[in-house]
Amino acid sequence: MELVESMLAGSERSLARLITLVEREAPEVPEIMSQIYPRLGNAYFVGFTGPPGGGKSTLVDRLTAVMRARGFSVGVVACDPSSPFSGGAVLGDRIRMQQHYLDKGVFIRSMATRESRGGLSRAAHGVLKLMDAFGKDFVLVETVGVGQTELDIMDAVDTTVVVLVPEAGDTIQTMKAGLLEIADIFVVNKADREGADYLVMELKQMLQMNPKQSWWQVPALATQATNDIGIEELYLEIERHREALQGAGRLSLHRQEQRRREFIQTIEQRLMARLLDLAKRDGRLMASLERVERGESDPYSASMQILTNKTILQSWLAELEMEG
Amino acid sequence: MAEEKRIRVLMAKPGLDGHDRGARVLTLGLRDEGLEVIYTGLRQTPEMIVQAALQEDVDVVGLSCLSGAHKYLFPAVVEQLKAKGVEDVLVIGGGIIPKEDIPFLMKKGVSAVYGPGTSIKEIANCIKGKVKRK
Ligand SMILES: Nc1nc2c(ncn2[C@@H]2O[C@H](COP(=O)(O)OP(=O)(O)OP(=O)(O)O)[C@@H](O)[C@H]2O)c(=O)[nH]1
Ligand SMILES: [Mg+2]
Repeated sequence: MELVESMLAGSERSLARLITLVEREAPEVPEIMSQIYPRLGNAYFVGFTGPPGGGKSTLVDRLTAVMRARGFSVGVVACDPSSPFSGGAVLGDRIRMQQHYLDKGVFIRSMATRESRGGLSRAAHGVLKLMDAFGKDFVLVETVGVGQTELDIMDAVDTTVVVLVPEAGDTIQTMKAGLLEIADIFVVNKADREGADYLVMELKQMLQMNPKQSWWQVPALATQATNDIGIEELYLEIERHREALQGAGRLSLHRQEQRRREFIQTIEQRLMARLLDLAKRDGRLMASLERVERGESDPYSASMQILTNKTILQSWLAELEMEG
Repeated sequence: MAEEKRIRVLMAKPGLDGHDRGARVLTLGLRDEGLEVIYTGLRQTPEMIVQAALQEDVDVVGLSCLSGAHKYLFPAVVEQLKAKGVEDVLVIGGGIIPKEDIPFLMKKGVSAVYGPGTSIKEIANCIKGKVKRK
């Protein structure tokens, strides 16, 4: 594909175009992915998650500056939620990153979550790969701060940074939200406000009592993104985590696991989409649906009747085959 | 399954004017019309706007200007987009634009100019129509 070639040769415009195709789940995606595949594996991915307004974008902005000062190129993928009502979105993360707009070494892309109900768009994995193939040293990924379990991000990145603020409440809430399990690094941002030191201390205590891995003690550190305080330290922690991961082949194991899940998810998604499409056109299913809607049969037995009916299933398979 | 095309808009305020209430209201309104709107905030130079439009691969660049510098700023964005090979982006303008300047802006490649009285629905429909025809 010409677009892939010019992207690999360094065209930002082609990269932007390819991201759009991946985001749209266009028919060209398998071809694009197979062509960039040999060029993957050089970028290091860092994810940022945490409650809305905690300062994720500002941290990404400041961290980008630190990485650029060290000579690394940086890609940023920033997600904001799509409106479940209109399908539209306001993508406002970029506004915090204006200092990098004219820097050739920084590529920023905003993404709406679209169909995904998690903190990342479904297409995010593909977009990260494009940034990798393009040659970025670091790719920083900001998720939607939904404040709930953010498993998506773990599947997409190498190091997950969870950003909290002093007002986030006590550590019980952090634990309930499942953030303890996903954090490789905790950041308490807005440390210019009261309560930051206390939260850091409490987090440290809890982390010591619940070690995640034998080879990595999750650190907790305070930052003031707007005052540029603690950013260098954050960068060093990320590097430390990277080294720990790279030791004893853990990084390749981690990525192996990610590829496995990505493969299964891709099959799941494609299959679901095609099956739903088929099912919608199936008269028997629609008749059954109407009975459920009218309350004449319950959803569970009605769905079992469909799923155990060999003739129905076989006719779906036949149609799938015909569609190729 | 290929997604239907979502329209992406970059909303920017070039120049030095100090508030962006109008642009924010429009941003929210366009979201409610189903558009994805990337908001880049105040005091953007044409270079910054063009670079953001390129990276975000938007269909539309919306420029809002209250300071009176639109006769310089809007054409500058159009020209620099062209210079970067980004030819298929619609540039639309709003803010405080005297009627007599509109023909000049259109001649310079701005696709539409909306006055303060235009409804968001009208703007959204106009964008949808123009993007489809692209
Ligand atoms: N006082 C203080 N304010 C901060 C700090 N860091 C960020 N902010 C402010 O917090 C607000 C939100 O910052 P963002 O970086 O947009 O936060 P976010 O987590 O990306 O927000 P969402 O993407 O909307 O979830 C902005 O007004 C920032 O200026 C900090 O260290 N101290
Ligand atoms: Mg943000």
